[in-house]
Amino acid sequence: MSFRIVVLAKQVPDTRNVGKDAMKADGTVNRAALPAIYNPEDLNALEMALQIKKMRNDVEVIILTMGPPRAAEIIRESIYRGADKGYLITDRKFAGSDTLATSYAISLAIKKLAPYHLVISGRQAIDGDTAQVGPQAAEKLGIPQITYAEELLEVDENHIVIKRRLERGIEVVKSPLPALITVHSSAPDCRARNAKLLMKYKHARTVTELQEETRDYTELYNKRPYLQIDEWTVADLDADVEMLGLSGSPTKVKKIENVVLQQKDSVLLTDSDKDIELLIKELLSTHIIG
Amino acid sequence: MNNIFVYCEITEEGTIADVSLELLSKGRKLANELNIKLEAVVIGSQITDIESQLFPYGVDVIHIAQDTRLFPYTTLPHAAIVVNLFKEEKPEIALFGATSIGRDLAPRVASALKCGLTADCTSLEIGDHTENKTQTTYKNLLYQIRPAFGGNIIATIINPDTRPQMATVREGVMKKEITSKSTKGEVKVLDIEQYLSSDDDFVLEIIERHVEQQKVNIKGAQIIIAGGYGVGSKENFDLLFNLAEVIGGEVGASRAAVDAGYVEHARQIGQTGVTVRPKLYIACGISGAVQHRAGMDQSAKIISINNDPKAPINKIADYTIIGSVSDIVPKMIKYYKANSK
Ligand SMILES: Cc1cc2nc3c(=O)[nH]c(=O)nc-3n(C[C@H](O)[C@H](O)[C@H](O)COP(=O)(O)OP(=O)(O)OC[C@H]3O[C@@H](n4cnc5c(N)ncnc54)[C@H](O)[C@@H]3O)c2cc1C
Repeated sequence: MSFRIVVLAKQVPDTRNVGKDAMKADGTVNRAALPAIYNPEDLNALEMALQIKKMRNDVEVIILTMGPPRAAEIIRESIYRGADKGYLITDRKFAGSDTLATSYAISLAIKKLAPYHLVISGRQAIDGDTAQVGPQAAEKLGIPQITYAEELLEVDENHIVIKRRLERGIEVVKSPLPALITVHSSAPDCRARNAKLLMKYKHARTVTELQEETRDYTELYNKRPYLQIDEWTVADLDADVEMLGLSGSPTKVKKIENVVLQQKDSVLLTDSDKDIELLIKELLSTHIIG
Repeated sequence: MNNIFVYCEITEEGTIADVSLELLSKGRKLANELNIKLEAVVIGSQITDIESQLFPYGVDVIHIAQDTRLFPYTTLPHAAIVVNLFKEEKPEIALFGATSIGRDLAPRVASALKCGLTADCTSLEIGDHTENKTQTTYKNLLYQIRPAFGGNIIATIINPDTRPQMATVREGVMKKEITSKSTKGEVKVLDIEQYLSSDDDFVLEIIERHVEQQKVNIKGAQIIIAGGYGVGSKENFDLLFNLAEVIGGEVGASRAAVDAGYVEHARQIGQTGVTVRPKLYIACGISGAVQHRAGMDQSAKIISINNDPKAPINKIADYTIIGSVSDIVPKMIKYYKANSK
């Protein structure tokens, strides 16, 4: 039996680079203009899995990602860097899922991949910054979790030893396996793509992607079946649709306010009572102070 | 309606962490608004004077679980105790610090109870909600307000149907406020054997731990009032401390202010001090030398108070108030008190 590691990775809009062109004239975010990237801490997670693969010769690294069809890019990117295989969880019925519904879908997919030794994910995704999906999935799987992981110290068939990064220090913990680890950005960066793997897998596609292709891949895929990236839908996961999407999400968004990105031309105020009171009211109403 | 619960984190020194005291202060206000009780959950080992630490913050009930295996924090036993306690008590609202403990524990609890959780809230309010489709009205929900999308939007999140309504809040976001030194509430000691799932809760072993004490923490502060040489004196710096206390921030300083002996070095911001990126930075009497800006120019909003309209700091400020620190800061305190809820 192989030592199986499931890595959870997400495609996210690059919210760190919301430049001028990413803002519409009315000051709202133009999501379409933001590049879709590999969530940064998920790359740290992939690296930890690849480190274990280097330490043992029986390791199999499987990428699991949930998202729209174009998120297959995450799987290719992971395979170029050394992952063995990937599954894309994709279905319109997942739309609108909050972290609870997402962790439900992901935990079902992980169960399909049992027996596994480790599940590794990034601590949080930059589009929501919630850090919730990892621990929620661990709870649904009934396995221990180690969050804020910074360094892999030891791993064997039955245990893992991890150094955690806390706000005021560090902690070294040992957990039995299987366990779920969430990896902090202070962990080692992910290795670069491997040129050979890039050549070998650049034509890897999901069924949905193949339908969009103009070129006929049939012959190539008969010869190299490993190029096929599998997609899992709600039916494949045998999921209860009531627990997915909006109906499976207890949190609802009541209101969204765009923070209009201001140019840094300063509002000039005097020391008059009127100006100071206006400023304080504005800071209060925008929740900058509260 | 049921009550508000705050999970209290324990520091290395065995005291209740600031973030938890801040949440209790906020919880007290919400409880008053809803006319319900405020309850604290304390899980640890050998914690003393818990009553004198918590009752001043207006806590009505303390639930305390003690066992040598419960400190330092590990996920499974704390989650088991909180989940089972919540199943019994059915809180209306449950608040956790957005720390490496709260953000580890709260999602695990929310998953087990299948309820909604909002991370890193910057504001919590009570309000109503009408569902458009069904025209159902929900009264007195917790509005969980937080930035999302890399801070480019502010979302108000609600949990209409599930309880508790759970949220985490970072340290320094809410204000710590003692309500009364003399109030006393009830202490309920939990028999942990009834709350733990099994001995498997203790499978995780802590091999090593180095955690510093809580001290001046301008790095983590969401609001920083920084003073420079232009503040003029140690006495005038007290004005900045007053403002920080009132609006819930920390005091920082430029090197010139530290060199002049106005405040201690731990507060210095800049190239040879700490780097901060709070959501609000108020620079008082700071010229804005490049070495200072290196430590603060990533702040989300910057206010400069300076009597020189040409001070370089004004170029990176969102608001510039021209005038003297000693006039302006007291006015800010006055109008904050007048306008905040
Ligand atoms: C290698 C090196 C490293 C350094 N590292 C740091 C560092 O980490 N952090 C740091 O801060 N500095 C650092 N410095 C020092 C830096 O260059 C500046 O000297 C320092 O930041 C100036 O501090 P200041 O703005 O408080 O004082 P000043 O430059 O003297 O400015 C005082 C300001 O207050 C205004 N003012 C005066 N009176 C009033 C009043 N009554 N009301 C309102 N405004 C008033 C003035 O108009 C002026 O703008 C470093 C320097 C070097 C060479």
